[in-house]
Amino acid sequence: MIYSSLTNMFSTLCRYSATPCDFNLPTFFLLKKNLRNQIVAHIFAANRFRIKSNNMRRDIFQAIADPTRRAIITLIALHAMTPNAIADNFNTTRQSVSKHLRILTECELVKQEQKGREIYYSLEIEKMKEIDKWLNQFRKIWETRFNQLDNVLSTMKKQKK
Amino acid sequence: MTNNLLFDFTVDKAAKTVFITREFDADLSLVWDAFTKAELIDQWIAPKPMTSKTKYQDFKVGGKRFYAMISPEGQERWAIQEYTSITPKTNFKMYNAFADKDENPELPGSEWDHTFSEQNGITKVSITIYNESLERLERILDGFTQGMKMSLSNLENLLATLSKK
Repeated sequence: MIYSSLTNMFSTLCRYSATPCDFNLPTFFLLKKNLRNQIVAHIFAANRFRIKSNNMRRDIFQAIADPTRRAIITLIALHAMTPNAIADNFNTTRQSVSKHLRILTECELVKQEQKGREIYYSLEIEKMKEIDKWLNQFRKIWETRFNQLDNVLSTMKKQKK
Repeated sequence: MTNNLLFDFTVDKAAKTVFITREFDADLSLVWDAFTKAELIDQWIAPKPMTSKTKYQDFKVGGKRFYAMISPEGQERWAIQEYTSITPKTNFKMYNAFADKDENPELPGSEWDHTFSEQNGITKVSITIYNESLERLERILDGFTQGMKMSLSNLENLLATLSKK
């Protein structure tokens, strides 16, 4: 179970990599330092020079790093909306909203659907779950920690008596 | 150990804050000690198979705890906590940052706030952790996954040995 959740997390990381990498855990740890450097370099390059490559997909954490994008996510979580309807909720320009929508689409957090002449944007719930899965790992760390503390406290109580 | 004690863990991504609340079946002074005395902290803060080692601690405002999380293979990850506010048996705040073994901090760190209260012998602790970046959170996790990976490979070796018999 631990293995599979780690593999999930690494597959998210590996997606950044320009070169293909398998999600084999031992291999990942062997490559780790190089790979991580590569990931960071790639993000920097992509941000600075706005490189767009077919291989490179954005990461969900980039999607939620911006307050406007978080607001968009909250809006379309309720129901699918057109770019114009979304933009009506913000004081920014339509161009800026469509830029955010593009990033969200690249992160695969939203999907587009053509209905007549309009394009509707809606949320990819499964993708949002990836964030929760990732955060759940921290929850587990704290759970373990506190169970250990329970034991320490019960020992302390006995010593006091 | 199973119990009915409250455990709540939520993350506000927008505020970059983690909220943790947990009840303990012990009175306030014991829980306060377990959170503020290094020799006790070291006994529980590192999720197994990691261990924690405090080099020194000076529990006062402006004082520090300099400690390491140690992986099963002996790799040390040093960090510094600086106490920014202390109200005895009620609340303490600190700033936590990774560091090298010579105490040079790697900023940014995270801001921690602990609040303690007791009711009928049950002590409730509320912790909020503010992280400037999610990337930093990932690094914390990374350290732990390495520890877990080690214990997994230990388990694999053990299973391999057992199956030979």
